[in-house]
Amino acid sequence: MTVLHDPIQPPAGRIETKNTTCYMCACRCGIRVTLRDNEVRYIQGNPDHPLNQGVICAKGASGIMKQYSPARLTKPLKRVEGAERGAAQFEEISWDEAFQIMEDRLSHLRETDPKKFALFTGRDQMQALTGLFAKQFGTPNYAAHGGFCSVNMAAGMIYTIGGSFWEFGGPDLERSKLFIMIGTAEDHHSNPMKIALSKFKRDGGRFISINPVRTGYSAIADEWVPIKPGTDGALILALIHELIKTGLYDRDFLVQYSNSAELISTDEASDDFGLFVRTDIPQDTECFEAQDRVWWDRTSDKPMHAREESVDPYLLGEFTMPDGRQVKPAFQLLKDRVEEYTPEWAAEVTGIPAETIKTLAHEMGITARDELIELPIAWTDAWGKDHETITGNPVSFHAMRGLAAHSNGFQSIRALSILMSLLGTIDRPGGFRHKAPFPRPIPPCAKTPKGPEGVQPNTPLDGMPLGWPAEPNDLFVDDKGEPVRIDKAFSWEHPLSAHGLMHNAITNAVNKDPYDIDTLLIFMANMAWNSSMNTDEVRKMLNDKNEDGSFKIPFLIVADAFQSEMSAYADLLLPDTTYLERHDVMSMLDRPISEFDGPVDSVRIPVVPPTGECKPFQEVLIEMGSRLKLPAFTNEDGTRKFRDYPDFVVNYETAPGSGIGFLSGWRGKGGEKFMKGEPNPNQWEMYEKNNCVYHHHLPKSFQYMRNWNRGYLKWSQEHGLQRYAEPINIHIYSEVLMKFRLAAQGKLEGKQPPERLRKRVDENFDPLPFYAEPLEVQLTDKQKYPLAALTQRPMAMYHSWDSQNAWLRQIHAHNYMYIHPSTAQAQDIEDGGWMWAESMHGKVRCMARYSEAVEPGTIWTWNAIGKASGAWNLDGNANEAKKGFLLNHLIAEELPKNECGEHISNSDPVTGQAGWYDVRVRVYKAKDDEPKETYPQFDEMPAVPGTGERRKKQGFFAGMFTKGAK
Amino acid sequence: MTQLALVIDLNVCVGCHACVTSCKEWNTSGPAGFMTDENPYGKDPTGTFFNRVQTYEIGEFPKTETLHFPKSCLHCEDAPCVPVCPTGASYKREQDGIVLVDYDKCVGCRYCTWACPYGAREIDEDQKVMKKCTLCVDRIYDESLPEAERKPACVLACPTSARLFGDVHDPESDVSVTIREEGGYQLMPEWGTHPSNHYLPRRKTRMHIHEDELQRADNPLNKEQRGPSGPVEGTTLDDSTSW
Amino acid sequence: MHPAFSVIFLTTLIGVGQGLFLAIFTGHSYAAVQLVSAQDSVAFYGVGGLIALLFLIGGLTASFFHLGRPERAWRAAAMWRTSWLSREVIVLPSLMLLILIYTAMQFLDLDTVLYTSEKGNVLHLSLIIGTLAAIATFVLYICTAMIYATIKFIQEWACALTVVNYLLLGTASGFTLAAALSSANAPELIGLYGKWAIIITAAAFFTRGGSLIRNARIKPISTMQTAIGVRHTKIQQKSMGMQGGSMNTRDFFHHKTAAFLKIIKWSFMILVFPLPIILLWTGVNSGSTSVLLGAFIIQYIGLIAERWFFFAQANHPQNLYYQTT
Repeated sequence: MTVLHDPIQPPAGRIETKNTTCYMCACRCGIRVTLRDNEVRYIQGNPDHPLNQGVICAKGASGIMKQYSPARLTKPLKRVEGAERGAAQFEEISWDEAFQIMEDRLSHLRETDPKKFALFTGRDQMQALTGLFAKQFGTPNYAAHGGFCSVNMAAGMIYTIGGSFWEFGGPDLERSKLFIMIGTAEDHHSNPMKIALSKFKRDGGRFISINPVRTGYSAIADEWVPIKPGTDGALILALIHELIKTGLYDRDFLVQYSNSAELISTDEASDDFGLFVRTDIPQDTECFEAQDRVWWDRTSDKPMHAREESVDPYLLGEFTMPDGRQVKPAFQLLKDRVEEYTPEWAAEVTGIPAETIKTLAHEMGITARDELIELPIAWTDAWGKDHETITGNPVSFHAMRGLAAHSNGFQSIRALSILMSLLGTIDRPGGFRHKAPFPRPIPPCAKTPKGPEGVQPNTPLDGMPLGWPAEPNDLFVDDKGEPVRIDKAFSWEHPLSAHGLMHNAITNAVNKDPYDIDTLLIFMANMAWNSSMNTDEVRKMLNDKNEDGSFKIPFLIVADAFQSEMSAYADLLLPDTTYLERHDVMSMLDRPISEFDGPVDSVRIPVVPPTGECKPFQEVLIEMGSRLKLPAFTNEDGTRKFRDYPDFVVNYETAPGSGIGFLSGWRGKGGEKFMKGEPNPNQWEMYEKNNCVYHHHLPKSFQYMRNWNRGYLKWSQEHGLQRYAEPINIHIYSEVLMKFRLAAQGKLEGKQPPERLRKRVDENFDPLPFYAEPLEVQLTDKQKYPLAALTQRPMAMYHSWDSQNAWLRQIHAHNYMYIHPSTAQAQDIEDGGWMWAESMHGKVRCMARYSEAVEPGTIWTWNAIGKASGAWNLDGNANEAKKGFLLNHLIAEELPKNECGEHISNSDPVTGQAGWYDVRVRVYKAKDDEPKETYPQFDEMPAVPGTGERRKKQGFFAGMFTKGAK
Repeated sequence: MTQLALVIDLNVCVGCHACVTSCKEWNTSGPAGFMTDENPYGKDPTGTFFNRVQTYEIGEFPKTETLHFPKSCLHCEDAPCVPVCPTGASYKREQDGIVLVDYDKCVGCRYCTWACPYGAREIDEDQKVMKKCTLCVDRIYDESLPEAERKPACVLACPTSARLFGDVHDPESDVSVTIREEGGYQLMPEWGTHPSNHYLPRRKTRMHIHEDELQRADNPLNKEQRGPSGPVEGTTLDDSTSW
Repeated sequence: MHPAFSVIFLTTLIGVGQGLFLAIFTGHSYAAVQLVSAQDSVAFYGVGGLIALLFLIGGLTASFFHLGRPERAWRAAAMWRTSWLSREVIVLPSLMLLILIYTAMQFLDLDTVLYTSEKGNVLHLSLIIGTLAAIATFVLYICTAMIYATIKFIQEWACALTVVNYLLLGTASGFTLAAALSSANAPELIGLYGKWAIIITAAAFFTRGGSLIRNARIKPISTMQTAIGVRHTKIQQKSMGMQGGSMNTRDFFHHKTAAFLKIIKWSFMILVFPLPIILLWTGVNSGSTSVLLGAFIIQYIGLIAERWFFFAQANHPQNLYYQTT
């Protein structure tokens, strides 16, 4: 029988392929784009890319629908005079006009009071540039999304082991035997985790997931351990308790590579109470630790200089120094601390049976001790001792926002880092491994200005907008101890807020607490929707006016590629390009995509020209930097220094002649150098020829033990990765935290917290991890609001980005509230029926979906599927708006008024990490006569000028649509 | 005779939907395209997909298993959709066993969908013909592609490599070995359709702790005894005798 | 299954057409052997054949609404070796052609006498054509029914009763209509048609009732366990992979409540069987055309409900994969 339709004949047209980097989420996989007659035909994973090795995810494979989405902004727009913010009434303007408006406004602010300009960005992947722009402008008011994402994960671990998960490091699943994943979102991180997890399982590894919900990665775990949200710290402390009790910790590792054996003064009367005993007067070490600590030697039974070859210290005990001071090793203090945290105690808190907790500890300990890995790799440690082999204990962990997004998250994550250290798994095979430029000193060297004097008109900021305080004097506060930044970062409210508190910027500006601002520039962050807590109120605030009718935030610039909820509030709306239309760098100065075996950075190179008048936001910054004559963007004669962003990337150096720029590969005139070297005019071409990625493979002897690996430390110093080549010892006991506590207790000279915050700092800056309920939970009537409510991100959607994507939205068009049947039935809530979830801040009406895969005290939903009507250029009655909902309406950005003040962020008191997962709710059935739609509903947002037609039916064929023009 | 097929490993599938959209993006612009979407930006969006990932919960809390379950045409050896087709549009290729639809013959009567117990076929609501997974027949023989990429788009995309592709009639092929050794099974075997696609079940890695593993000779707590042990309380021979 | 009205009208209309032709042909052939008196070839055999043809045309027209690409319908004859649908596509137009010839012979007075027996039995050419058409009628009933009965996964359909029901229900409705027609154009035959209509309707009551009883007791062969290959008594779908629906949710579910189904079931059980029987009985006795026409209309409406239920009750195993959005 003859076949009429040839199933193999490819369509006619000119086919070509181009490599670039994905941006459908933050994972940054290498992609290969097939074009047919210059239109996108196929996007696949680049098989030659180290990150994703050829695979791609649902989002990446749907990039086409992002490129051709009708929600794309294509023209610069200005709010129609007199229109309300949020009404999305815009008129088209030219880019010249847009630049002029910004130049007039910003040059005035820079001349008068630079901090009146605030720049906050979402998941932008160009923090090196946005941060540079802010610093050059002279405003301290800059941050990216980290504060409301996972700063606890970064800070908790970096302040303990000098590195963290995801971009900074991760589990070595290639060698691991036991893998424990705690509270990890479906795609944190994405393809590399999926690749590794699959290999790990096939190699016979054992995978345990600790999570209130069993979905995604947890689904394929060998064992699921459901836990009550926010109690991870209790579990981890009990695991530490059990490991110490059974002697299943790696003593040798702790002695040499952590401060476990180092003696601490426990003598309250002494000057150095709570601080390490030192052999010398502490020197000014800037950001590395002098090797001046003391051990109690077992042989001589005397205090001796730590880490001398001949010294064999005690980890436990209480000793008296020759001068009479009582001292204890850090490990003894840890043991004292976890004494009360028994598995039986933790069982009550976490809902995990004590037997399970003990078994978990035993599995970890026995695997670590009995499955020892020994690799024939010779290396030299930082103290000059040669080692024949690299050893490792094959127990690894991964955790992300589930642990982080609680106001007790910092200490929980400190506890996790200590647990990992106790098992001897830091930068060793089968355990946790760093990715360059990590490890960093504890804490890293970058610092903000230390007071208001760091912010001066017409002057770059005297320091970084974001940094890592090492002691109270590093805080960015005025002489009353009050914040200099609009988001109150690096103040006593959140001293170690390394990523800022973007989630409070709008509220603070409207409350004029600590002050008001003039111009707020938001880049690709949906602050009028899923990126804000208390969404409804924040939307009102964005439109809030003073008595004289002027806006409380006088000027609002939004740069985005899509018609998001936030775009409706802009005074000036700048159309960004998609990732397929732009140059980008995943820079070593930001968060590169390094692998365990060495530094990796990568680029995006446009595969199609910009749509309409879209302009990459980087070009906007380069243009504005030039117009405002910011030093980094201007020649000495005041002329423009960089033609455009690609030119900037090639030629910018962190300091004249530093040889360090945005890209680390193919530096030097002919591309012969890496990491450091003079600008190479052909750098882009070399990246393009090499899959858009530069991967430097370190020698094997530099791939492990990097906190203490002399070879690696020297290499990283020589190549400009860090200033010092000093060992980075693990902070089992955190003297950094203790210094803040001592200041709060009035026992340390220097900056002092305001009185209202003394108790808060004293309690939370505990040098050893402890468990307390999250702040919001402490302030909630748990009889009334008994359930925890969570969100997580589905693997096929990235935040709110993908509802405009015709393919992805078919997978998640609306969201349910997942609830255990027993919890639902107690309130007569039916499977698929309408219900209310109510917190002390707000309520949502939504549809219930029974689930046996959720802990009965928790309800949860997919994040950011729900949309405001008309946003993302969807029809007003789209499922996202009528059946979808946003949990953010239940969550407040500020705590109820309490002893610390009226406007205290609902965040971790140490880091300012947004407490997304701390809300407590009650649920009840919606009445039969209520509308069958979600609550709250918002007025339909009209399509703005320049957006595309919403096709009623479409067939896509390599850039062509069967119905309607593209 | 060759029978190409997919083997889907439920042991590693995390339900990311990569196979769903990578299939759509490849096929909508190829010989099987376009693949229509209706209401792509409106209420109840729906469209033609050859592959879906479903989610099931098995058992009761806390012993719940969450199963992600990708499903596309299973390319049955005895495909019931083929003989029922009145036009011959539905056919099974002799050379490789792939079940295809000849879009130029299909009359759009939907009878083949009734005859498929797996719900693997979809109608393209614009072209009004039946469509289904082609195993990317336009990729796997395309010599302009590097050999490693002559695989279905879903197989290339899958981040957990949960989708294996090969000849299930060749007993030494990777897929046959995997089916044999990892407990590969067919869906709804009761109908005798002999699906070529197979599924691999969940496999658990467990750890057994022997009690004596907790009584450790290397217990580091033993190193924390301080100095020589002190005297015992009470009387010893030392108090009463001298030799 | 989702009951598609194109298919409901197709099967019920051709069922009437086939049944009516069988009735007319029965009268005609009885007359040939002088069991009943011969009728006017135009007013009864001709008009009857024409009405039967119109029902078949109506059914065929309805069928085109079911096709995505009706312009390719001719291709559907290709696979007669394997496909009952293809066979139906061949037999239906063949039957129509035969009836057309039969009818034309009546109207155009082309019916030649082939043979006259000693007893006076007359064999017309149209009887030969009619015999062929009658055979085609039975074949068509079987083809139509086998389209459903051969789908083994749809257990409600995969049964000999499906064929018997299509045959009896179609024939019953055709005979009922023939009774009405005879009351106007051939009053002598009211008794013949009316009584046969009652007998066939009664028989259909038992066979259709039998299938209802059988279907109520069906134990599904496919289960969640075999569908996904997991051995556990508690398996629940949480997501079918899309939320806006697909062909799998549109074509295979009736989206109606169980109560609605029950109403439809009882409606057709009354409308197809007892009511027409009562009206037929009354009509036969009174000779009232309107009563007999009423019997047909009620029975036909009942058959639409019956066919709707036939589809709605069918539970396709693919539905196991499409339980929850």
